Amino acid sequence: MIQIDNLVKAFGAKRAVDGISFKVERGEVVGFLGPNGSGKSTTMRMITGYYAPTGGRVRVGGHDVTESPLEAKRLIGYLPENAAAYTDMTVRGFLEFAAELRGLSGAAKRKAVARSVELCFLSSVLHQSIDTLSKGYKHRTCLAQALIHDPEVLILDEPTDGLDPNQKHEVRNLIKELGRTKAVVFSTHILEEVDAACTRAIIIDRGRIVAQGTPDELGRPLDEVFRRLTIPDTVKA
Amino acid sequence: MRNTFVIAKRELGSYFGSPVAYVFLVIFLLLTGFFTFTAGQFFERGEASLGAFFGWHPWLYLVLVPAVGMRLWAEERRAGTLELLMTMPITPWQAIFGKFLASWLFIGIALALTFPVVVTANVLGSPDNGMIFAGYLGSLFLAGAYLSVTCMTSAMTRNQVVAFILSVVACLFLILAGFNPVTDLMVRWASPAFIDTVAAFSVVTHFDGFQKGVIDSRDLAYFLSVIGFSLFATSMALRNR
Repeated sequence: MIQIDNLVKAFGAKRAVDGISFKVERGEVVGFLGPNGSGKSTTMRMITGYYAPTGGRVRVGGHDVTESPLEAKRLIGYLPENAAAYTDMTVRGFLEFAAELRGLSGAAKRKAVARSVELCFLSSVLHQSIDTLSKGYKHRTCLAQALIHDPEVLILDEPTDGLDPNQKHEVRNLIKELGRTKAVVFSTHILEEVDAACTRAIIIDRGRIVAQGTPDELGRPLDEVFRRLTIPDTVKA
Repeated sequence: MRNTFVIAKRELGSYFGSPVAYVFLVIFLLLTGFFTFTAGQFFERGEASLGAFFGWHPWLYLVLVPAVGMRLWAEERRAGTLELLMTMPITPWQAIFGKFLASWLFIGIALALTFPVVVTANVLGSPDNGMIFAGYLGSLFLAGAYLSVTCMTSAMTRNQVVAFILSVVACLFLILAGFNPVTDLMVRWASPAFIDTVAAFSVVTHFDGFQKGVIDSRDLAYFLSVIGFSLFATSMALRNR
Protein backbone atom coordinates (compact mmCIF):
# COMPACT_ATOMS: atom_id res chain seq x y z
CA MET A 1 0.00 0.00 0.00
CA ILE A 2 2.78 2.41 0.88
CA GLN A 3 5.95 2.40 -1.14
CA ILE A 4 8.76 4.83 -0.39
CA ASP A 5 11.83 5.07 -2.58
CA ASN A 6 14.95 6.90 -1.56
CA LEU A 7 13.05 9.72 0.10
CA VAL A 8 14.98 12.92 0.88
CA LYS A 9 13.92 16.14 2.58
CA ALA A 10 16.39 18.96 3.04
CA PHE A 11 15.77 22.15 5.04
CA GLY A 12 18.53 24.42 3.80
CA ALA A 13 21.78 22.53 4.23
CA LYS A 14 20.34 20.11 6.79
CA ARG A 15 19.01 16.80 5.51
CA ALA A 16 16.19 15.90 7.87
CA VAL A 17 15.41 12.75 5.86
CA ASP A 18 18.30 11.29 3.95
CA GLY A 19 17.43 8.49 1.57
CA ILE A 20 14.76 6.40 3.26
CA SER A 21 13.13 3.46 1.45
CA PHE A 22 10.56 1.01 2.77
CA LYS A 23 7.27 -0.69 1.97
CA VAL A 24 4.19 -1.29 4.05
CA GLU A 25 1.58 -3.82 2.99
CA ARG A 26 -2.03 -4.21 4.06
CA GLY A 27 -2.23 -6.08 7.36
CA GLU A 28 1.00 -4.64 8.67
CA VAL A 29 1.53 -2.30 11.60
CA VAL A 30 4.88 -0.63 11.30
CA GLY A 31 6.34 1.14 14.31
CA PHE A 32 8.52 4.06 13.41
CA LEU A 33 11.16 4.54 16.09
CA GLY A 34 13.85 7.08 16.57
CA PRO A 35 15.13 9.81 18.88
CA ASN A 36 13.52 13.25 18.74
CA GLY A 37 14.51 15.09 15.59
CA SER A 38 15.50 11.92 13.74
CA GLY A 39 13.11 12.61 10.85
CA LYS A 40 10.03 10.59 11.86
CA SER A 41 7.54 13.42 11.56
CA THR A 42 9.17 14.78 8.42
CA THR A 43 8.84 11.39 6.73
CA MET A 44 5.20 11.13 7.75
CA ARG A 45 4.49 14.63 6.49
CA MET A 46 5.88 13.62 3.11
CA ILE A 47 3.77 10.45 3.01
CA THR A 48 0.63 12.48 3.69
CA GLY A 49 1.54 15.13 1.13
CA TYR A 50 2.05 18.01 3.57
CA TYR A 51 5.73 18.43 2.72
CA ALA A 52 6.95 18.13 -0.85
CA PRO A 53 9.94 15.75 -0.96
CA THR A 54 13.31 17.18 -2.00
CA GLY A 55 14.07 13.87 -3.71
CA GLY A 56 12.72 10.36 -4.11
CA ARG A 57 9.09 9.41 -4.18
CA VAL A 58 6.16 8.20 -2.16
CA ARG A 59 3.38 6.03 -3.57
CA VAL A 60 0.21 5.27 -1.67
CA GLY A 61 -2.04 2.63 -3.18
CA GLY A 62 -0.10 3.05 -6.43
CA HIS A 63 -0.64 6.84 -6.58
CA ASP A 64 2.34 9.12 -6.50
CA VAL A 65 1.69 11.62 -3.70
CA THR A 66 3.34 14.49 -5.60
CA GLU A 67 1.75 13.78 -8.99
CA SER A 68 -1.76 12.74 -7.99
CA PRO A 69 -2.14 14.08 -4.45
CA LEU A 70 -5.94 13.88 -4.25
CA GLU A 71 -6.11 10.17 -5.10
CA ALA A 72 -3.37 9.38 -2.59
CA LYS A 73 -4.84 11.59 0.16
CA ARG A 74 -8.25 9.92 -0.17
CA LEU A 75 -6.69 6.63 0.96
CA ILE A 76 -4.92 8.09 3.97
CA GLY A 77 -6.10 8.86 7.47
CA TYR A 78 -3.63 11.08 9.29
CA LEU A 79 -3.10 12.00 12.91
CA PRO A 80 -0.59 14.88 12.99
CA GLU A 81 1.98 15.17 15.75
CA ASN A 82 0.28 17.77 17.94
CA ALA A 83 -3.22 16.32 17.32
CA ALA A 84 -4.34 19.67 15.95
CA ALA A 85 -8.06 20.37 15.79
CA TYR A 86 -10.27 23.42 15.34
CA THR A 87 -10.70 24.33 18.97
CA ASP A 88 -13.74 26.52 18.43
CA MET A 89 -15.78 23.58 17.11
CA THR A 90 -17.63 20.90 19.02
CA VAL A 91 -16.39 17.32 18.71
CA ARG A 92 -19.39 16.48 16.58
CA GLY A 93 -19.03 19.58 14.38
CA PHE A 94 -15.36 18.83 13.82
CA LEU A 95 -15.97 15.19 12.88
CA GLU A 96 -18.78 16.18 10.52
CA PHE A 97 -16.50 18.73 8.90
CA ALA A 98 -13.83 16.05 8.37
CA ALA A 99 -16.46 13.66 6.98
CA GLU A 100 -17.72 16.29 4.54
CA LEU A 101 -14.20 17.01 3.31
CA ARG A 102 -13.90 13.27 2.74
CA GLY A 103 -16.93 13.48 0.47
CA LEU A 104 -19.47 11.94 2.86
CA SER A 105 -22.94 13.37 3.30
CA GLY A 106 -26.39 12.47 4.60
CA ALA A 107 -26.78 9.02 6.13
CA ALA A 108 -23.23 7.96 5.20
CA LYS A 109 -21.87 10.95 7.10
CA ARG A 110 -23.96 10.23 10.19
CA LYS A 111 -22.87 6.60 10.13
CA ALA A 112 -19.19 7.48 9.72
CA VAL A 113 -19.31 9.95 12.62
CA ALA A 114 -21.14 7.44 14.86
CA ARG A 115 -18.60 4.72 14.02
CA SER A 116 -15.60 6.96 14.74
CA VAL A 117 -17.14 8.21 17.97
CA GLU A 118 -17.63 4.66 19.14
CA LEU A 119 -14.13 3.52 18.16
CA CYS A 120 -12.52 6.40 20.03
CA PHE A 121 -14.90 6.50 23.03
CA LEU A 122 -16.05 10.06 22.45
CA SER A 123 -19.80 9.79 23.03
CA SER A 124 -19.63 11.56 26.42
CA VAL A 125 -18.02 14.70 24.97
CA LEU A 126 -19.81 14.80 21.62
CA HIS A 127 -21.36 18.24 22.13
CA GLN A 128 -18.44 19.77 23.98
CA SER A 129 -16.26 22.43 22.42
CA ILE A 130 -12.79 21.02 21.64
CA ASP A 131 -10.92 23.68 23.63
CA THR A 132 -12.64 22.48 26.82
CA LEU A 133 -11.44 18.88 26.38
CA SER A 134 -8.64 17.24 28.32
CA LYS A 135 -5.52 16.32 26.39
CA GLY A 136 -6.54 12.67 26.10
CA TYR A 137 -9.94 13.49 24.66
CA LYS A 138 -8.50 16.09 22.31
CA HIS A 139 -6.04 13.51 21.06
CA ARG A 140 -8.76 10.93 20.53
CA THR A 141 -10.92 13.48 18.71
CA CYS A 142 -8.13 14.01 16.21
CA LEU A 143 -7.67 10.25 15.94
CA ALA A 144 -11.40 9.88 15.25
CA GLN A 145 -10.99 12.40 12.42
CA ALA A 146 -8.28 10.19 10.91
CA LEU A 147 -10.57 7.13 11.03
CA ILE A 148 -13.71 8.85 9.79
CA HIS A 149 -13.60 7.52 6.22
CA ASP A 150 -12.35 4.06 7.20
CA PRO A 151 -9.08 4.62 5.31
CA GLU A 152 -6.90 1.88 3.92
CA VAL A 153 -3.75 3.62 5.11
CA LEU A 154 -3.26 5.10 8.56
CA ILE A 155 -0.40 7.44 9.39
CA LEU A 156 -0.30 8.19 13.10
CA ASP A 157 2.32 10.53 14.49
CA GLU A 158 2.77 9.68 18.17
CA PRO A 159 -0.78 8.46 18.71
CA THR A 160 -0.26 7.72 22.41
CA ASP A 161 1.52 10.94 23.31
CA GLY A 162 0.01 12.62 26.35
CA LEU A 163 -2.43 9.81 27.18
CA ASP A 164 -2.73 8.16 30.57
CA PRO A 165 -1.80 4.46 30.89
CA ASN A 166 -5.38 3.25 30.41
CA GLN A 167 -5.86 5.38 27.32
CA LYS A 168 -2.50 4.24 25.96
CA HIS A 169 -3.59 0.66 26.35
CA GLU A 170 -6.88 1.31 24.54
CA VAL A 171 -5.21 3.12 21.66
CA ARG A 172 -2.60 0.37 21.25
CA ASN A 173 -5.32 -2.24 21.06
CA LEU A 174 -7.20 -0.12 18.57
CA ILE A 175 -4.12 0.21 16.37
CA LYS A 176 -3.51 -3.51 16.54
CA GLU A 177 -7.12 -4.20 15.63
CA LEU A 178 -7.11 -1.73 12.71
CA GLY A 179 -3.84 -3.17 11.48
CA ARG A 180 -5.48 -6.46 10.54
CA THR A 181 -7.10 -4.90 7.49
CA LYS A 182 -5.11 -1.71 6.88
CA ALA A 183 -1.56 -0.54 6.35
CA VAL A 184 -0.59 1.34 9.50
CA VAL A 185 2.51 3.40 10.24
CA PHE A 186 2.84 4.96 13.66
CA SER A 187 5.70 6.75 15.27
CA THR A 188 6.63 6.53 18.90
CA HIS A 189 9.55 6.68 21.23
CA ILE A 190 7.96 4.36 23.75
CA LEU A 191 9.62 1.02 23.13
CA GLU A 192 6.99 -1.19 24.79
CA GLU A 193 4.55 -0.06 22.13
CA VAL A 194 6.60 -1.85 19.54
CA ASP A 195 6.06 -5.16 21.31
CA ALA A 196 2.46 -4.37 22.09
CA ALA A 197 1.22 -3.34 18.67
CA CYS A 198 3.72 -3.72 15.82
CA THR A 199 4.28 -6.46 13.32
CA ARG A 200 7.48 -4.71 12.27
CA ALA A 201 9.64 -1.85 13.48
CA ILE A 202 11.86 0.59 11.65
CA ILE A 203 14.47 2.47 13.64
CA ILE A 204 15.70 5.71 12.12
CA ASP A 205 18.41 8.05 13.25
CA ARG A 206 19.47 11.31 11.64
CA GLY A 207 17.27 10.75 8.64
CA ARG A 208 18.49 7.24 7.84
CA ILE A 209 17.14 3.77 8.56
CA VAL A 210 19.55 2.06 10.95
CA ALA A 211 17.61 -1.16 11.55
CA GLN A 212 14.34 -2.83 10.70
CA GLY A 213 12.55 -6.11 11.36
CA THR A 214 10.12 -7.76 13.72
CA PRO A 215 10.63 -6.95 17.39
CA ASP A 216 12.21 -10.42 17.81
CA GLU A 217 14.62 -9.91 14.92
CA LEU A 218 15.80 -6.59 16.32
CA GLY A 219 16.93 -8.34 19.49
CA ARG A 220 16.23 -7.86 23.17
CA PRO A 221 16.05 -5.96 25.33
CA LEU A 222 14.75 -3.40 22.84
CA ASP A 223 15.93 -0.34 24.71
CA GLU A 224 19.49 -1.58 24.61
CA VAL A 225 19.22 -2.18 20.87
CA PHE A 226 17.76 1.29 20.48
CA ARG A 227 20.60 2.92 22.45
CA ARG A 228 23.25 1.02 20.56
CA LEU A 229 21.85 2.02 17.16
CA THR A 230 21.04 5.65 17.75
CA ILE A 231 23.10 8.57 18.92
CA PRO A 232 21.72 10.70 21.76
CA ASP A 233 21.07 14.32 20.81
CA THR A 234 23.46 15.42 23.59
CA VAL A 235 26.37 14.11 21.47
CA LYS A 236 27.66 16.59 18.92
CA ALA A 237 27.33 15.49 15.31
CA MET B 1 -17.09 23.34 -5.54
CA ARG B 2 -18.49 21.15 -2.77
CA ASN B 3 -15.24 21.32 -0.83
CA THR B 4 -15.12 25.10 -1.21
CA PHE B 5 -18.60 25.23 0.25
CA VAL B 6 -17.67 22.93 3.16
CA ILE B 7 -14.66 25.12 4.02
CA ALA B 8 -16.70 28.32 3.69
CA LYS B 9 -19.43 26.95 5.93
CA ARG B 10 -16.94 26.06 8.65
CA GLU B 11 -15.23 29.42 8.41
CA LEU B 12 -18.49 31.37 8.61
CA GLY B 13 -19.55 29.22 11.55
CA SER B 14 -16.29 30.06 13.26
CA TYR B 15 -17.02 33.81 12.91
CA PHE B 16 -20.43 33.50 14.46
CA GLY B 17 -19.28 30.96 17.05
CA SER B 18 -16.90 33.50 18.56
CA PRO B 19 -17.32 37.10 19.76
CA VAL B 20 -15.46 38.30 16.63
CA ALA B 21 -18.63 38.48 14.56
CA TYR B 22 -20.72 40.40 17.07
CA VAL B 23 -17.97 42.81 18.10
CA PHE B 24 -17.27 43.51 14.46
CA LEU B 25 -20.91 44.02 13.49
CA VAL B 26 -21.61 46.37 16.39
CA ILE B 27 -18.44 48.43 15.89
CA PHE B 28 -18.93 48.56 12.13
CA LEU B 29 -22.50 49.79 12.42
CA LEU B 30 -21.66 52.32 15.16
CA LEU B 31 -18.77 53.72 13.16
CA THR B 32 -20.67 53.93 9.87
CA GLY B 33 -23.48 55.66 11.76
CA PHE B 34 -21.11 58.11 13.37
CA PHE B 35 -19.21 58.92 10.18
CA THR B 36 -22.33 59.24 8.07
CA PHE B 37 -24.53 61.33 10.33
CA THR B 38 -22.05 63.28 12.44
CA ALA B 39 -18.73 63.61 10.64
CA GLY B 40 -20.28 63.21 7.19
CA GLN B 41 -23.04 65.78 7.88
CA PHE B 42 -25.66 63.62 6.22
CA PHE B 43 -28.55 65.94 7.15
CA GLU B 44 -26.75 69.27 6.68
CA ARG B 45 -25.85 68.37 3.10
CA GLY B 46 -29.48 68.74 2.09
CA GLU B 47 -29.20 66.15 -0.68
CA ALA B 48 -30.79 62.72 -0.95
CA SER B 49 -27.64 60.70 -1.61
CA LEU B 50 -25.40 58.32 0.29
CA GLY B 51 -22.18 60.16 -0.53
CA ALA B 52 -21.66 60.89 3.16
CA PHE B 53 -22.03 57.18 3.84
CA PHE B 54 -19.83 55.61 1.16
CA GLY B 55 -17.12 58.30 1.21
CA TRP B 56 -15.73 56.94 4.47
CA HIS B 57 -15.61 53.29 3.46
CA PRO B 58 -12.02 53.18 2.12
CA TRP B 59 -10.82 54.49 5.52
CA LEU B 60 -13.21 52.55 7.68
CA TYR B 61 -12.38 49.27 5.92
CA LEU B 62 -8.69 50.02 6.25
CA VAL B 63 -8.82 48.97 9.90
CA LEU B 64 -11.89 46.77 10.05
CA VAL B 65 -11.37 44.46 7.07
CA PRO B 66 -7.85 43.33 8.07
CA ALA B 67 -9.29 42.62 11.52
CA VAL B 68 -11.79 40.25 9.93
CA GLY B 69 -9.27 38.52 7.68
CA MET B 70 -6.12 38.37 9.79
CA ARG B 71 -6.95 35.03 11.40
CA LEU B 72 -7.88 33.19 8.20
CA TRP B 73 -4.50 31.53 7.65
CA ALA B 74 -2.32 32.78 10.50
CA GLU B 75 -4.52 30.95 13.00
CA GLU B 76 -4.34 27.72 10.97
CA ARG B 77 -0.57 27.97 11.05
CA ARG B 78 -0.40 28.73 14.76
CA ALA B 79 -2.80 25.97 15.79
CA GLY B 80 -1.27 23.42 13.42
CA THR B 81 -4.60 22.79 11.71
CA LEU B 82 -3.02 23.85 8.41
CA GLU B 83 -1.40 20.42 8.38
CA LEU B 84 -4.78 18.77 8.83
CA LEU B 85 -6.40 20.89 6.13
CA MET B 86 -3.63 20.41 3.59
CA THR B 87 -3.57 16.63 4.00
CA MET B 88 -7.30 16.39 3.27
CA PRO B 89 -8.22 15.38 -0.29
CA ILE B 90 -8.85 18.96 -1.39
CA THR B 91 -6.84 21.32 -3.58
CA PRO B 92 -5.24 24.40 -1.99
CA TRP B 93 -7.45 26.58 -4.22
CA GLN B 94 -10.61 25.11 -2.77
CA ALA B 95 -9.40 26.06 0.70
CA ILE B 96 -8.28 29.53 -0.41
CA PHE B 97 -11.57 30.33 -2.15
CA GLY B 98 -13.64 28.84 0.65
CA LYS B 99 -11.99 30.98 3.29
CA PHE B 100 -12.01 34.10 1.17
CA LEU B 101 -15.67 33.73 0.23
CA ALA B 102 -16.72 33.10 3.82
CA SER B 103 -15.05 36.25 5.10
CA TRP B 104 -16.33 38.26 2.12
CA LEU B 105 -19.83 37.03 2.77
CA PHE B 106 -19.43 38.04 6.41
CA ILE B 107 -18.54 41.60 5.42
CA GLY B 108 -21.44 41.48 2.95
CA ILE B 109 -23.74 40.69 5.88
CA ALA B 110 -22.34 43.64 7.83
CA LEU B 111 -22.88 45.87 4.80
CA ALA B 112 -26.44 44.62 4.34
CA LEU B 113 -27.19 45.59 7.95
CA THR B 114 -26.60 49.24 7.06
CA PHE B 115 -29.97 49.25 5.24
CA PRO B 116 -31.48 51.83 7.66
CA VAL B 117 -29.29 54.46 5.96
CA VAL B 118 -30.96 53.66 2.64
CA VAL B 119 -34.38 53.73 4.27
CA THR B 120 -33.61 57.11 5.88
CA ALA B 121 -32.55 58.62 2.57
CA ASN B 122 -35.69 57.28 0.89
CA VAL B 123 -37.99 58.58 3.62
CA LEU B 124 -36.48 62.06 3.63
CA GLY B 125 -36.12 62.52 -0.10
CA SER B 126 -36.02 60.65 -3.37
CA PRO B 127 -32.46 59.46 -3.93
CA ASP B 128 -31.28 57.68 -7.07
CA ASN B 129 -31.53 54.10 -5.88
CA GLY B 130 -29.56 52.82 -8.88
CA MET B 131 -26.71 55.00 -7.72
CA ILE B 132 -27.03 53.62 -4.21
CA PHE B 133 -26.92 50.08 -5.59
CA ALA B 134 -23.75 50.89 -7.54
CA GLY B 135 -22.34 52.40 -4.36
CA TYR B 136 -22.98 49.20 -2.41
CA LEU B 137 -21.48 47.10 -5.17
CA GLY B 138 -18.36 49.27 -5.19
CA SER B 139 -18.14 49.05 -1.42
CA LEU B 140 -18.39 45.27 -1.54
CA PHE B 141 -15.61 45.05 -4.12
CA LEU B 142 -13.50 47.44 -2.10
CA ALA B 143 -13.90 45.17 0.93
CA GLY B 144 -13.08 42.15 -1.27
CA ALA B 145 -9.87 43.75 -2.45
CA TYR B 146 -8.74 44.57 1.11
CA LEU B 147 -9.75 41.12 2.24
CA SER B 148 -7.74 39.36 -0.46
CA VAL B 149 -4.69 41.42 0.55
CA THR B 150 -5.30 40.33 4.15
CA CYS B 151 -5.54 36.68 3.04
CA MET B 152 -2.11 37.09 1.49
CA THR B 153 -0.47 38.64 4.57
CA SER B 154 -2.23 36.14 6.82
CA ALA B 155 -0.84 33.23 4.82
CA MET B 156 2.69 34.54 5.29
CA THR B 157 2.82 34.41 9.08
CA ARG B 158 1.57 32.50 12.08
CA ASN B 159 1.14 35.75 13.98
CA GLN B 160 -2.21 37.49 13.54
CA VAL B 161 -0.87 40.88 14.66
CA VAL B 162 1.84 40.78 12.01
CA ALA B 163 -0.76 39.81 9.42
CA PHE B 164 -2.96 42.71 10.54
CA ILE B 165 -0.23 45.35 10.40
CA LEU B 166 1.16 44.23 7.04
CA SER B 167 -2.30 44.22 5.60
CA VAL B 168 -3.14 47.72 6.89
CA VAL B 169 0.07 49.06 5.38
CA ALA B 170 -0.58 47.40 2.02
CA CYS B 171 -4.16 48.66 1.92
CA LEU B 172 -3.05 52.13 2.97
CA PHE B 173 -0.77 52.14 -0.04
CA LEU B 174 -3.72 51.17 -2.23
CA ILE B 175 -5.60 54.21 -0.89
CA LEU B 176 -2.78 56.75 -0.93
CA ALA B 177 -1.75 56.09 -4.53
CA GLY B 178 -4.91 57.87 -5.66
CA PHE B 179 -5.62 60.10 -2.66
CA ASN B 180 -5.81 63.74 -3.72
CA PRO B 181 -3.44 65.22 -1.11
CA VAL B 182 -0.82 62.67 -2.22
CA THR B 183 -1.30 63.12 -5.98
CA ASP B 184 -1.18 66.90 -5.43
CA LEU B 185 2.27 66.48 -3.89
CA MET B 186 3.50 64.71 -7.03
CA VAL B 187 2.21 67.38 -9.42
CA ARG B 188 5.33 69.49 -8.91
CA TRP B 189 7.80 66.93 -10.22
CA ALA B 190 5.93 64.19 -12.06
CA SER B 191 4.23 64.20 -15.44
CA PRO B 192 0.42 63.91 -15.48
CA ALA B 193 0.72 60.56 -17.25
CA PHE B 194 2.88 59.23 -14.41
CA ILE B 195 0.47 60.48 -11.77
CA ASP B 196 -2.43 58.87 -13.60
CA THR B 197 -0.55 55.59 -13.79
CA VAL B 198 0.13 55.60 -10.06
CA ALA B 199 -3.44 56.66 -9.32
CA ALA B 200 -4.74 53.82 -11.48
CA PHE B 201 -3.37 51.43 -8.85
CA SER B 202 -5.49 53.04 -6.19
CA VAL B 203 -8.73 51.62 -4.89
CA VAL B 204 -10.04 55.17 -4.41
CA THR B 205 -9.90 55.97 -8.12
CA HIS B 206 -11.93 52.89 -8.96
CA PHE B 207 -14.20 53.15 -5.95
CA ASP B 208 -15.19 56.71 -6.96
CA GLY B 209 -16.54 55.44 -10.28
CA PHE B 210 -19.10 53.33 -8.45
CA GLN B 211 -20.05 56.25 -6.21
CA LYS B 212 -20.99 58.27 -9.28
CA GLY B 213 -23.42 55.49 -10.14
CA VAL B 214 -21.28 54.11 -12.95
CA ILE B 215 -20.51 50.40 -13.07
CA ASP B 216 -17.51 50.50 -15.39
CA SER B 217 -15.99 47.24 -16.63
CA ARG B 218 -12.52 48.75 -16.07
CA ASP B 219 -13.26 49.32 -12.39
CA LEU B 220 -14.64 45.80 -12.07
CA ALA B 221 -11.56 44.45 -13.86
CA TYR B 222 -9.35 46.37 -11.43
CA PHE B 223 -10.97 44.93 -8.32
CA LEU B 224 -11.06 41.42 -9.75
CA SER B 225 -7.36 41.71 -10.68
CA VAL B 226 -6.40 42.80 -7.17
CA ILE B 227 -8.39 39.90 -5.71
CA GLY B 228 -6.99 37.44 -8.25
CA PHE B 229 -3.41 38.54 -7.74
CA SER B 230 -3.63 38.54 -3.95
CA LEU B 231 -5.20 35.09 -3.82
CA PHE B 232 -2.53 33.80 -6.17
CA ALA B 233 0.10 35.25 -3.83
CA THR B 234 -1.76 33.52 -0.98
CA SER B 235 -1.36 30.16 -2.71
CA MET B 236 2.36 30.87 -3.14
CA ALA B 237 2.75 31.82 0.53
CA LEU B 238 0.98 28.61 1.55
CA ARG B 239 3.56 26.53 -0.25
CA ASN B 240 5.95 27.51 2.47
CA ARG B 241 5.11 24.97 5.17
